[in-house]
Amino acid sequence: MSLDKATVRRIATLARIEVPDTDLEAVAGQLSGILDWIEQLKEVDTENVAPMTGGTDLKLQWRKDAVTDGDKADKVLANAPDGHDSFFGVPKVVE
Amino acid sequence: MTELTSLTIAAAREKLLKKEFTALELAEAHLAAMERAKDLNAFITVTSDVARERAKESDKRLFAGQGGALEGIPLGIKDLFCTEGVLTTAASHILDGFTPPYESTVSQKLRDAGSVMLGKLNLDEFAMGSANITSYYGPVKNPWKAKGRNVELVPGGSSGGSAASVAAHLVMGATGTDTGGSIRQPAAFCGIVGVKPTYGRCSRWGIVAFASSLDQAGPMTRTVRDAAIMLRAMSGFDPKDSTSAQLDVPDFEAALGKGVKGLRIGIPKEYRPAGLSPELAVLWDKGVEWLKSAGATPVEISLPHTKAALPTYYIVAPAEASSNLARYDGVRFGLRVPGKSLDDMYAKTRAAGFGAEVRRRIMIGTYVLSAGYYDAYYLKAQKVRALINQDFTDAFEKVDAILTPTAPTPAFGIGEKSDDPIAMYLNDVFTVPASMAGIPGASVPAGLSADGLPLGLQVLTRRWDEETLFRVCQVLEDAAQFPLLPAV
Repeated sequence: MSLDKATVRRIATLARIEVPDTDLEAVAGQLSGILDWIEQLKEVDTENVAPMTGGTDLKLQWRKDAVTDGDKADKVLANAPDGHDSFFGVPKVVE
Repeated sequence: MTELTSLTIAAAREKLLKKEFTALELAEAHLAAMERAKDLNAFITVTSDVARERAKESDKRLFAGQGGALEGIPLGIKDLFCTEGVLTTAASHILDGFTPPYESTVSQKLRDAGSVMLGKLNLDEFAMGSANITSYYGPVKNPWKAKGRNVELVPGGSSGGSAASVAAHLVMGATGTDTGGSIRQPAAFCGIVGVKPTYGRCSRWGIVAFASSLDQAGPMTRTVRDAAIMLRAMSGFDPKDSTSAQLDVPDFEAALGKGVKGLRIGIPKEYRPAGLSPELAVLWDKGVEWLKSAGATPVEISLPHTKAALPTYYIVAPAEASSNLARYDGVRFGLRVPGKSLDDMYAKTRAAGFGAEVRRRIMIGTYVLSAGYYDAYYLKAQKVRALINQDFTDAFEKVDAILTPTAPTPAFGIGEKSDDPIAMYLNDVFTVPASMAGIPGASVPAGLSADGLPLGLQVLTRRWDEETLFRVCQVLEDAAQFPLLPAV
């Protein structure tokens, strides 16, 4: 499975990680190497096998759909790079 | 008098109760050792003020004849556990300055049991690595060195700071987390005990998430008994983690003396790949003999999908990581790099904030989950995972525990294998299958290589049967007579 530069650019956009054009080729090589190695799974017969979707055989815990916490805007914002007046600041998104 | 830093948790617990020394003296002795061993780079943050304050509180409780199971015991906390008011980094640049306003359930339980936190331990960035070389805060050094070679070795990873600090007697025990071997492999490399309990035994709440269906916390200590004491304090139901098990926590320590008489021990024939060091193969045979002499019966078993486990892991874990790490966006916490637009800010922040290995895994995860590839990769991997799980279920019909080497080689030099991701991934070839199945596993130091480096054996048991795990580990520990102090 060899990834081309365009595919790497698309993955980088989906992952929201900037990859400079000069690095695309090297990243494509690394990712292709890993995907080639993963290809060996094709040899495993998984016909009629139900997927294992989690790490436990126990039933997941449920809780009441109720508010159990809140009124902590100061704490929630304390680590924000640009937090003020109980808001998170971001670059302008609407002209 | 025995040096305070070379005591086991079990011994220190008795001596604190008898008032042979105070919790503050114990904490000070360890803080001094940490200062002397700064060169190992085992800690990202040293919390001496917190340690002294908590040690004094412990002394008050001990003086009043009160106290928990770990009252006054100095521990290190892997810097993946959120600690209230104390910098938590996951060894990543992207969490610059992050100070959680809450405490993880596991570290809170250890605090409630009276333990004294000495600091936050170094690790691979977001726990992604097997050599502790991906940390933004620099590599950790293994306190062990090969005889006659002045080469700095890796401590293993991702819980490399935890393993190194326990082995070098800087802390009495440490928390680790294990997603594909991150407790067991560094424990083997540093000559200590590391236990990954059953998935769901310890709450994941407040632990920085890597791969949620695999991540599990556990203890790293110098003896099997200490691991049993510590695991009991860390375990238990937590309503804040939906995968946390609503089961009683056994007294693991009580199981230790029960021996292995009558137990059937599985020896999987698939665990002898070409890359297995001959010394480890010999040690493995020795381990089988030890258990046999103690009354257990070895049984050859087959775990046919062993070879598929590692590539399966490298689909499932990156897929979950790409989703979990979407939260690092420069908006709510940590690093922000300005951009022309919101998307540009995200992409620049994440490019600058994540290291090369983390970026690689996020991108692999994004790819295998993307439209058109989901079935071929992610769904396929989940099906193979079911087969791996079935292998263990079938094996445990015939045996009570499984014995294998923990890692294919002893510790290697810092800088080796760093250019080839797959060579690095192969470190976890023996630990990943149990992670995929969610069963408990432990590494016990069992011998030294010809050039004097620690070698570990791995024990695996059925889900929720950590008691048998501890019984087998105790017999191995008694037989191995492993030297507790690294040759430093």
